[in-house]
Amino acid sequence: MDSMQLVTPAIGLMFWTVVIFVLLLILLKKFAWKPILKAVDDRNNSINDALSSAEKARSEMEQLSADNDKILNEARIQRDSIIKEARDIKNKTIADAKNKASIEAEKIISSAKEQIKNEKMKAMTELKNEIADISIQMAEKIIKTELKDAKSQKKLIEEDLKKQMN
Amino acid sequence: MISSSFKKSIFTLLLLNLSLGNFFATESDNNTSYKSENEVYNPVPSIMHHISDAHEWHLWGEGDKSFSIPLPIILYTEGNFDIFMSSDFNHGHAKIIKDNRTYSVDHHGHISEDSGLSFIDFSITKNVASMLIGLLVLLLIFGISGLKAKNNKGAPSGVLSFLEPLILFVRDDIVKPNIGKNYNKYLPYLLTLFFFILVNNLLGLLPGSANVTGNIAITLVLSFITLLVTNFSGNKSYWGHIFNPPGVPLLLMPIMIPIEIVGIFTKPFALMIRLFANISAGHIIILSLISLIFMAQSGLGNLAAWSLSPVAVVFVLFMDLIEVLVAFLQAYIFTLLTSLFIGLATVDHH
Repeated sequence: MDSMQLVTPAIGLMFWTVVIFVLLLILLKKFAWKPILKAVDDRNNSINDALSSAEKARSEMEQLSADNDKILNEARIQRDSIIKEARDIKNKTIADAKNKASIEAEKIISSAKEQIKNEKMKAMTELKNEIADISIQMAEKIIKTELKDAKSQKKLIEEDLKKQMN
Repeated sequence: MISSSFKKSIFTLLLLNLSLGNFFATESDNNTSYKSENEVYNPVPSIMHHISDAHEWHLWGEGDKSFSIPLPIILYTEGNFDIFMSSDFNHGHAKIIKDNRTYSVDHHGHISEDSGLSFIDFSITKNVASMLIGLLVLLLIFGISGLKAKNNKGAPSGVLSFLEPLILFVRDDIVKPNIGKNYNKYLPYLLTLFFFILVNNLLGLLPGSANVTGNIAITLVLSFITLLVTNFSGNKSYWGHIFNPPGVPLLLMPIMIPIEIVGIFTKPFALMIRLFANISAGHIIILSLISLIFMAQSGLGNLAAWSLSPVAVVFVLFMDLIEVLVAFLQAYIFTLLTSLFIGLATVDHH
């Protein structure tokens, strides 16, 4: 076996290599490279599309959350103003009630005072009458007793006269 | 007899220990000129036998007791195709007679016509059969992948998920950067080239397999296709650089133009030699390491051979792993350089 054989290309082998390689090229091009590369490109496109739509959705979300914040802020302000209003109404109501109550109380007090005064006057009048009656009765009794003798009558008249002349 | 039973046990050992490697080393064909009682075993004939093409797929045994898968022999002689099986030669004992043509085979496997007629050998040799197996493997795995890619729009699955990164590696890291924007036109050819070389490199590493990509006829065809594709896609500036090299003084033109023309052929020629030499060299190293055992046995005795064999086995295993790397590397380099040549021929300078 000479060593030149190694570097001497055999014609038959070259022929079959061409046949097999060309056949392989045609078949693989049709059944492998085209569908596989197409699938890869389609997938790349769909990934790109998905990424861009995700980006879009994200910016929409951002917009939405910004809107939300705005609405929330407005709501907060509105809530604060409502609370403030309610507090004012409450204070006013309390103050009004207090006023009314004090006026009413004053009225009641003054009418009570009036009544007390009237009652007092009445009582005083009655008392006076009573006292006058009692005084008269006492005077009657005293007179009755004092005027038992002439001397004491005289003395009484004198004292009376003295008083009146003064 | 002792030596032959020793060899048998070594073979059993190697079969048990190795999953890869062309270690079906046949003995030099019972030829006393290679081996005698006091001469050291000469591994060259059996190594040459293993890396060469053959008309039958030899698996084991020697001479009349050898076992081979018979392959069809197709001979074109004077306008006639003579087709018969390699087993019809009956280990060289029989002659094939077709009309006026008588074919015989010598113990090296060379076929000759007895009356001296010349013929062209279109046989399905061991390498052709191996290439056909490679073709089937490629069609099977890529056919399935193609169907999967067609039917499944989601993420790749199964064999496609393994092949897709390789395909995209060839496209995005080899073809695209070297060819540029017109890469799509050349992509099917370059992908086929890459996977043809890769699969045949890997098939060549299987025990008992053929040395396809380490055969010069096959690398010649592949590099010739590169030559054709490169030059047929060459643009104005490519041919301009060859026949009117810019910036070269007129007096130097008679030297420069022939150099440039030779350059057209040296680039694919280097491709041819590189693939052939790398793959053949790997096979030769593995076979040589195995042969070390037989050399030690014939030169130093059985004990030396037994103690050397584990060392040889470890080295062979190591070489086999390197060969797996080389299988990928050479497919990569061949495709890379082909893309580079195409890119240089089609580059737009303006």
